[in-house]
Amino acid sequence: MTVTEPAPSEAELERHFEHTIAKDQRIEPRDWVPEAYRKTMIRQIAQHAHSEIIGMQPEGNWITRAPSLRRKAILLAKVQDEAGHGLYLYSAAETLGGDRDDMTEKLISGRQKYSSIFNYPTLSFADVGVIGWLVDGAAICNQVPLCRSSYGPYARAMIRICKEESFHQRQGYELLMTMMSGTEQQREMVQDAVNRYWWPSLMMFGPPDDDSPNTAQSMAWKIKRHTNDELRQRFVDMTVPQAEALGVTLPDPDLAWNAERGHYDFGAIDWDELKQVISGGGPCNTERMERRRKAHEDGAWVREAAAAHARKQQQRKEVAA
Amino acid sequence: MAFDNAYEALADAHDDARWAFGTGFEDPLSGVDTTVPSGVDGDDLARYCLMLGDDALVLSHRLQEWCTRAPELEDEVAIANIGLDLLGQARLLLARAGKADGSGRGEDHYAYFRGEHEFRNVRLAEREHADFAQLVAVVLVLTTWRLAVFQRLRTSADPVLAAIAQKGVNELTYHRDYAAQWVVRLGDGTETSHATMVAAFDDVWPLVAELFETHDVERRLPGVAADPAEVRGEFDDVLAQVLSAATLETPQVRAKAGVAGGKGRDGRHTEAMGYLLAELQSVARAHPEATW
Ligand SMILES: [Fe+2]
Ligand SMILES: [Fe+2]
Repeated sequence: MTVTEPAPSEAELERHFEHTIAKDQRIEPRDWVPEAYRKTMIRQIAQHAHSEIIGMQPEGNWITRAPSLRRKAILLAKVQDEAGHGLYLYSAAETLGGDRDDMTEKLISGRQKYSSIFNYPTLSFADVGVIGWLVDGAAICNQVPLCRSSYGPYARAMIRICKEESFHQRQGYELLMTMMSGTEQQREMVQDAVNRYWWPSLMMFGPPDDDSPNTAQSMAWKIKRHTNDELRQRFVDMTVPQAEALGVTLPDPDLAWNAERGHYDFGAIDWDELKQVISGGGPCNTERMERRRKAHEDGAWVREAAAAHARKQQQRKEVAA
Repeated sequence: MAFDNAYEALADAHDDARWAFGTGFEDPLSGVDTTVPSGVDGDDLARYCLMLGDDALVLSHRLQEWCTRAPELEDEVAIANIGLDLLGQARLLLARAGKADGSGRGEDHYAYFRGEHEFRNVRLAEREHADFAQLVAVVLVLTTWRLAVFQRLRTSADPVLAAIAQKGVNELTYHRDYAAQWVVRLGDGTETSHATMVAAFDDVWPLVAELFETHDVERRLPGVAADPAEVRGEFDDVLAQVLSAATLETPQVRAKAGVAGGKGRDGRHTEAMGYLLAELQSVARAHPEATW
């Protein structure tokens, strides 16, 4: 005899979901989740994936010009890793019902965002090192807590990604160390790159907590574990001693150790600049979007051909069967 | 947990093997005797290494240009992979040249401080790819040819070339298969993709004959170099198979002549080569005293 269990009510499902979150257990693809959680999660993962993909462009700009074959290999491997990160993340979003084409469409139509940092230009080879050190470094600070995200596939993707980001950060720092012990011109290139990337790196953590409307819900769902300002402070505290070891000056006269707080104090961030960059007015927003759109559109005939070939193969198999 | 603090993870011992050749730095030639075998002319051996090394370096450069422009993310990864493998082969071969000619010059000297006429790559390697069909046509042709050459080089009298070839054969087999699959998809796919693939092979084919012309350097290195003329049959068989699966025909176009009797192997290149090198060498030449 078969006993059919009555389908659990929405309220019961909701209670089960809240319970899973409260016990710090992972939500898995087949679990019921509230629609708002699903949407928020898909958007968060998609925007993260977009950042990986758009993030290939600033550094990709220097691959063909890398000044030694070893640096060229490292940089190419790094940019390739970012494509891989984009791929895992789009796959993680797909487990929640996201669709890759749809997400790409939302990126190139500007309906979904990517990290504001990639809207700054890379103007010398030192930028490759500074991006590794500061941008991958800030990304690690942001992403390490995501390894404990409540959504299982995202958390697991983040563990793998964070490991690779730590390689990226090391290679960047190592390049800067080498350049700082090189010629005077090389040292100037490094300092100039630090001057240009320091503040945008701090902006990578997002708006200040009192102006971050989504933080509370994301913290409650354990999609997010620390506030923007907490992560930003952590990044500053970690980076200042590294800058000293490197011999560069961070472009902030207010930067000073505060023994009372046990943290570095730092100057005011230009939030208007962040708003401008996020809303499309950064130095490279147009170029980044245009490149992505063009690659996608130029590839349309290739993707169509692959699909047509697969259909024909299928038909041939059926005829043969 | 190490990941509670991002920077603890950085201090962990890492599996450097994950990185591309030479980025962590494990010498793939460790344990291989690098003295030039007796009876072999070191200068000729160096020239031969530059021929094979430049093919890889220059084709890798053209693949690097595809970065962030591929039709799909999977191809972004695959093209970068092929570019990295070829770059790895180039580095080994250029480094070998500096040992063989006794100059002790490193890979970067050859890549960044030679003039255009000193590059010894075949002209097809420097060909620009106007679209994805040209990319896969060039990669199919060059890797099929190179794979056949490398298979022979595995028994080269120069143990270094033999070791490089041994490593390269697996890589090139993957490159060739990747390109072959795309040629088939595009040839068989839609009317548009078929026409684009036909045009791509028409564009590439005039530079194919050059690949099989035996050069004096190769003639002077019996047992060390592989004679490219010998691999033509094998190449034709593979191409015939792929083209037929792709519903394409072998292009009927004339071979491109050389210039004053010289072609890529003699340092006579196409007009595109100067721009390629201007880009490749720009930073290194602007800072000749720098270390990177
Ligand atoms: Fe990444
Ligand atoms: Fe990264």
